[in-house]
Amino acid sequence: MNVPENLRYAESHEWILVEGDTGTVGISEHAQAELTDIVFAEPPAIGKTVAAGEVAAVVESVKAASDIYSPVSGEVVERNAALDDAPGLLNTDPFGAGWIYKIRLSNPAELEALKDAAAYRSQIGV
Amino acid sequence: MRTPLYDAHLAAGGRVVDFSGWELPVQYSGILHEHRAVREAVGVFDISHMGEFFVSGAGCEAWLDGLLTNDVSALPTGTSHYTLMLNERGGVIDDLILYRLGAEEFLIVGNASMIDEDAAWFEAHLVDGVEVRNASANYAALAIQGPKAAAVYESLFGTAMPEARNRVVRISKDFLVTTGYTGEDGFEWICPAEDAESAWRRTLDAGALPCGLGARDTLRLEMCYPLNGADLTPEHTPHEAGLGFFVAMQKADFMGKAALEAGRANGLSRRLCALQTIEKAPPIRPHYPVWIEGQLVTETTSGALSPSLGTGIALAYLPAEFAKPGQEIEIEVREKKFRACVRKKPLYQKQP
Repeated sequence: MNVPENLRYAESHEWILVEGDTGTVGISEHAQAELTDIVFAEPPAIGKTVAAGEVAAVVESVKAASDIYSPVSGEVVERNAALDDAPGLLNTDPFGAGWIYKIRLSNPAELEALKDAAAYRSQIGV
Repeated sequence: MRTPLYDAHLAAGGRVVDFSGWELPVQYSGILHEHRAVREAVGVFDISHMGEFFVSGAGCEAWLDGLLTNDVSALPTGTSHYTLMLNERGGVIDDLILYRLGAEEFLIVGNASMIDEDAAWFEAHLVDGVEVRNASANYAALAIQGPKAAAVYESLFGTAMPEARNRVVRISKDFLVTTGYTGEDGFEWICPAEDAESAWRRTLDAGALPCGLGARDTLRLEMCYPLNGADLTPEHTPHEAGLGFFVAMQKADFMGKAALEAGRANGLSRRLCALQTIEKAPPIRPHYPVWIEGQLVTETTSGALSPSLGTGIALAYLPAEFAKPGQEIEIEVREKKFRACVRKKPLYQKQP
């Protein structure tokens, strides 16, 4: 199970890659495996503001819809439009082409509350 | 509750969920993959949770004819048919498969969630001379479905699968019946619970892919086969559900007949319709609101992404005036409305 070292993780299985004042958000490889075949994704609209822990996106497998919670607060500056036609990218490349949205962090201190790779590995038992 | 195959499901990578009290696999290798296997090759489902009742004794044919909607007297030995058990109001208690094993000997297979209700209903209406034995705990069952199911049958039993649907073959304590819930060719193998693991293993060895409840639901919904408790309820009649073919109104009498006659005389107010999305939409699920001409009219009773069609599909009871193919409707998902259309059933046509 891949858990990249350069990311921070939320307990609800989202990851964030921070570059400057912007973060890229997606779901972990473990999460996509648990969700199984993802057939629909609804990334947030550009300009939407979300608070840490709020629902920012929805992904759906054949069997269930799952909320994706924003790991940090801020304003959505980019959405991964490729997921509109290829939601399966969330399964096949969760840490790369399957990213969901980019957010301008309004409170970078929130990153401290997220897990590093080691802590997330221990949460999912790998 | 667990079926005799619980350990086998875990060993096969099954992801176990609760299904009306039963711990059953929703999937093994993936719902889309399993769905495709049944449409194009062959899959096997554990359906051991379903209820089995043996009915025997002098007069049991007439007794069943009074309790079930289809015409039992017209059912030849060695065949089966789909039938419904109704309450006095004509509402559906359970939908069942009735197998005639002999002149006065029958097997009934019903829904897992209704075993206790079915047993209580039989008991409450029992007459002298008729014996009903609830053998649900003693039997396991596999559904082996798909265009290559006949090859599995032949490899397992060394004889050709009957070509006709609804045939019942007895081999020692086992029943092999050419029925299913997927719209594909195939058979169901009802066997003593203690033989379940060996039956499962032999079926996998013969080339069937393990399939879970997830694919079972998408396959049956593409065919518009109703699910009891969702599409069929004690508040809905078989005519409203579009199952009039399985209701023998010419029979002298049966439970619920008077209510059905009254309902038909007044005209049906609603019908169970097949719906298909006609624009890009999230997967449709049960209990999503359905709108017509700006009015909230009902909710979906079943819904899914159709793996075969690539669109959202659903069933819903629509007011009769809108229950016609081509009628445009909207289905609400997370406070947004998506365009959909009433379609002719079934939504999926078996490939030649």
